[in-house]
Amino acid sequence: MPKYALRSVALGYLTLLVGVPVGLIFWRTFEHGLKPVIDSLTDPSVLHAFRVTAIVALWAVLLNTVFGVGVAVLLVRHRFPGRRLLSVLVDLPIAVSPVVVGLALILVYGRHAPIGGWLTDHGVKVIFAYPGMVLATMFVSLPLVVREVAPVLEEIGIEQEQAAWTLGANRLQTFRRVTLPAIRWALAYGVVLTLARSLGEYGAVAVVSGRLIGKTQTATLVVEERFQNFDQGTAYAVSVTLALVAIVVLILINVLRPKEHT
Amino acid sequence: MRVPKTLPVHLLGIAIVAAVGLSACGSTSTSSAAGVQLSLVAYSTPQAAYEQIISAFNATTQGKKITFTQSYGASGDQSRAVVAGLDADYVAFSLEPDVTRLVKANLVAADWNTSKYAGNVTDSVVVLVVRKGNPKNIKGWADLTKPGIEVITANPFTSGGARWNVMAAYGQVIKGGGTQADGVAYLNALFANVPVQDDSARKSLQTFTSGKGDVLLAYENEAIFAQQNGQDIDYVVPDSTILIENPSAVTTSSKHPEQAKAFLDFVLSPTAQTIFAKNGYRPVIDGITSPYDFPTPSGLFTIADLGGWTDVSKNFFDPKGSIMADVETKIGVSVG
Amino acid sequence: MADATVTLPRSTPRRRGGVASLNTGTAFGVGIATLWLSLLILVPLGAVVWRAQRDGLGSFWDAVTTPQAVAAIRLTVVCALLVAVVNAVLGTLIAWVLVRDDFHGKRLVDAIIDLPFALPTIVAGLVLLTLYGVHSPVGLELAYTRAGVVVALLFVTLPFVVRTVQPVLREFDGEMEQAAASLGASSFTIFRRIVLPNLLPAISAGTALAFARAISEFGATVLIAGNLPVASVHIFTQIETDNTVGAAAVATVLLVIALIVLIGLDLLQRWAARHA
Repeated sequence: MPKYALRSVALGYLTLLVGVPVGLIFWRTFEHGLKPVIDSLTDPSVLHAFRVTAIVALWAVLLNTVFGVGVAVLLVRHRFPGRRLLSVLVDLPIAVSPVVVGLALILVYGRHAPIGGWLTDHGVKVIFAYPGMVLATMFVSLPLVVREVAPVLEEIGIEQEQAAWTLGANRLQTFRRVTLPAIRWALAYGVVLTLARSLGEYGAVAVVSGRLIGKTQTATLVVEERFQNFDQGTAYAVSVTLALVAIVVLILINVLRPKEHT
Repeated sequence: MRVPKTLPVHLLGIAIVAAVGLSACGSTSTSSAAGVQLSLVAYSTPQAAYEQIISAFNATTQGKKITFTQSYGASGDQSRAVVAGLDADYVAFSLEPDVTRLVKANLVAADWNTSKYAGNVTDSVVVLVVRKGNPKNIKGWADLTKPGIEVITANPFTSGGARWNVMAAYGQVIKGGGTQADGVAYLNALFANVPVQDDSARKSLQTFTSGKGDVLLAYENEAIFAQQNGQDIDYVVPDSTILIENPSAVTTSSKHPEQAKAFLDFVLSPTAQTIFAKNGYRPVIDGITSPYDFPTPSGLFTIADLGGWTDVSKNFFDPKGSIMADVETKIGVSVG
Repeated sequence: MADATVTLPRSTPRRRGGVASLNTGTAFGVGIATLWLSLLILVPLGAVVWRAQRDGLGSFWDAVTTPQAVAAIRLTVVCALLVAVVNAVLGTLIAWVLVRDDFHGKRLVDAIIDLPFALPTIVAGLVLLTLYGVHSPVGLELAYTRAGVVVALLFVTLPFVVRTVQPVLREFDGEMEQAAASLGASSFTIFRRIVLPNLLPAISAGTALAFARAISEFGATVLIAGNLPVASVHIFTQIETDNTVGAAAVATVLLVIALIVLIGLDLLQRWAARHA
């Protein structure tokens, strides 16, 4: 049966590539029971790092959601010069190494750069503070919402929106009552992916955060710090927590999403 | 299953409230800090020692009200971050050129190394870390270039620790009466046995403890640190090796220069130096009792014997046309 | 990841008629989007490119033609191409199984696809190193080899093709396939003549993203690459040796390669749409 052959190839590949490695992390984390895990997660600097990660991730998700929907609508519903260029630009962050993202942000928003210097003079610290970390996180997760929402927008077409306009609804009403409900699951999925990516970001944030323990240290930076200090228990516990948050949200979306395709 | 249509919209609402709320409590907690706050920016290995030193400092009358923010990372990264605008009152690096970078940026006074200990707060030596029981019977530098021996070191173009390793390996040839050409030949033979070069000394220690390689070139304090953390390793102090000197300085951009200087003085006090010794560092001041007998190798030499960091950096570690650039190119490793 | 074929003009005239033309609202939106993208992406990346040629085009050329830079760029592009091909085939296959097949735990498997996204890349690198490094528990010593780099890249790029092909496949109804089958076409012929052409835009979009991600990946490869000159590790080394110009130069080359691939696949999609 070719069906079973395909299934076993797919599942075998996934098992080797994702299942075993991720299983290994979970096993390493819980091999000494739950108590050490709880102990490491309740360490004050770890708790603070989770809060930093939460703040940065939430801001990045928030801004990317609003912007992502806007750009998706723009790309699908409007025709303007440079539209295709905009579309390619949205994908570009995926191709940029996190190391380069860090370098780029410091070149522009660092204290010695024109924009960064001007902002510093006006009391806004970007690099080595939250704004820089949010910028770095937004940079790496930028395409996700756009790429989820745009195809659905294309798919649903424009009839319903036109009908709403005909009935006298303004643009905002139309968007809120007609468009938003139609794209809601794609949007939710994009938001979840953005969240997952934001939680796991390491390279770019490492450069722009300054790694201040108890201040700008994020959860992934704690993972690195603890691993380097032979505190593998904490490193694995924090990683697993980050992965679990992402998995739980992903599964929630999968379960809540209506089974019939709309 | 029917779900309310507006669910994701509600989620977004919750996210807004949470983001704003979390940010708000984030800012209140930082502004509530009373008294003087110093920012310590250091390379990664002395983290445990500095944490203990800070609590000891807080127990003194001078340091009672002073709180610290701490940042640890690769020495070069940390130095660059300070130049790029990371606030720092006290900096500690693994080697002098990282302080020199701050001197060039006018962030550290030019006379920082004219103090009694030439700006250094800890010493160490380059040692040969081996597996428990020394199964390959490694005794000295000559054993590292034998066929079939795998040597682990970090990449000297990214790691300060690795630069000490290179200068130890080169210097022992010179110290033994060899010429410069002999030294370079030894480096070529040594690096031909290096299968992996991580970007930091601590990562190369991780690589070694995870099972790769027969010998690791490392700081003595790193070897002691690994043993303290229950790793199955031994280490050999070669007869001829380099004295590692780790500098610290107070920045000129400090808003609390007085307190920062007080902390630097405390770091050089017997209390702090004893803490360093407990963490495997060789103290720079005399008369410190330590749990480790730090043997003085007969052929100990310093970086000054090899011409000092300014010359060494140029001749050995310039990405273009230096000795190490050549060595690395031969084995296909990325340099500048 | 969903379909990146947003701009794909598969829209029928009906839809095109509904598309708003350039008006004040659009101009305002475009303005905001451009400003936002500029502050976040264009200006910082522009700064990198600007830095790359700070010492003149000659030194830019020197920086990207050093033997190490060439080796790094070549190794990275070759590995990324390999990763893209594997992803195109296996990603499509996985998407197919997830849409057309039915078995217990399918939803869990579906959720697992996004996992490489959620794991901090440094953790991914660590785990792959434990699994495929020295004393590998599964007997595969891939660390410090090209194969190891490819595995690490396959891990981080897994979601792209799967997530772009899945929705299209779900949308694609079985009627044409049934018609073809009733006319006696073999299942391979049906796949080649009917399914594949319809999936091609999505596959190519996903592959492009996977390629782009593969040439830029740092966290997962830095541990497993060993002495191999991977481009992003090379860039990192340049930054570490205070050679930002060299770092920016190699970064610029990678950016251009990524742009070419993204634009090329965009054109391919347009072509495929016209000929579908």
